[in-house]
Amino acid sequence: MSRDTALVSADWAEKNLETPGVVFVEVDEDTTAYDGGHIPGAIKLDWKKDLQDPVRRDFVNQEQFSALLSGRGISNDDTVVLYGGNNNWFAAYAYWYFKLYGHGDVKLLDGGRKKWELDARPYAKDVPSRAKTSYQASAPDLSIRAFRDEVVQSIGVKNLVDVRSPDEYAGRLLAPAHLPQEQSQRAGHIPTAISVPWSKAANEDGTFKSNDELSKIYGEAGLDGGKDTIAYCRIGERSSHTWFVLKELLGQQNVKNYDGSWTEYGSLIGVPIALGDEPGKA
Amino acid sequence: MTSPSNVAAGCAAPDQSAPLPAGVDLEKETVITGVVRNGDGEAVGGAYVRLLDASGEFTAEVVSSPEGVFRFFAAPGSWTLRALSRSGNGDLTVDAARGINEVAISVAAA
Repeated sequence: MSRDTALVSADWAEKNLETPGVVFVEVDEDTTAYDGGHIPGAIKLDWKKDLQDPVRRDFVNQEQFSALLSGRGISNDDTVVLYGGNNNWFAAYAYWYFKLYGHGDVKLLDGGRKKWELDARPYAKDVPSRAKTSYQASAPDLSIRAFRDEVVQSIGVKNLVDVRSPDEYAGRLLAPAHLPQEQSQRAGHIPTAISVPWSKAANEDGTFKSNDELSKIYGEAGLDGGKDTIAYCRIGERSSHTWFVLKELLGQQNVKNYDGSWTEYGSLIGVPIALGDEPGKA
Repeated sequence: MTSPSNVAAGCAAPDQSAPLPAGVDLEKETVITGVVRNGDGEAVGGAYVRLLDASGEFTAEVVSSPEGVFRFFAAPGSWTLRALSRSGNGDLTVDAARGINEVAISVAAA
């Protein structure tokens, strides 16, 4: 995977709105933005209602993912172009799901809704109807998903990348600053994790920085190219953004997203936690 | 502490024009809220408002409501607000204290 195959520009998108076999999908937690206007022809996925299991604390399984995409009229051989708000956080999360379940051709729209809005590109309000398909998801590719035990064993061994804001990393805030700070878990970060906020990878308009800039940012932060990497944030969506950068744009091998992230780790009994701005010791 | 039911489990921005959630304790929270306006004083909805910490590091971003309203839950200290919109961009520095801090951001084409 590389930048050319994983990412499309807003210009490319606007030229391919009606191209057969290309499906635009807006992904967000709050889908009112889609309802008020979206990229013409795009369908929506609700991160919480569509992509999370309604009972278990997990995302949809292979069968649920197959049923979801079949119902929305997406085929295995479609080119799926994902975009959303929040600088593509949830679109990147969905991208990771599509990869996990083996979709052949999935891309992220560079800059997402923000770039589209700031460019004053067109919106539509009508919801397209697509014929149902028989989508077949593959068994989950767990080479890109980290679970808590592996994370604990990776302290001081693998690259751990904490992509939350500096104040969340240090333990001064418990959640991103657009949410109330009530949380039930402890604050801090996983010992030895380096701090590279996801936002370092993005320009102000939401587009990704160049590969040269990205390599420099992670190199200077101490990412060891010879080691496997696990990225985490609070609930796994901002770390999907960084996972996308490391795996899909920079082409690094063995990069996993820990979707349990701080909400899980910071609630575990007995695991080590580091406070403050330094990574801390294993 | 428990999370109130009206707080999103995820990271998407809650409705920016809604009243403060009932569970928000203003004795503890530092709320930075305000309106984005253009050069003619009109509210700018759909603006991307970002909160940067004292070192200029990105902390959070929300989209202003149709009435131009935005809101952050931060911590006491110095913050920079930056708004991007179709009507142009604007910046503002705020020294926030515990409780509600009201500000106004003007945007203009460069």
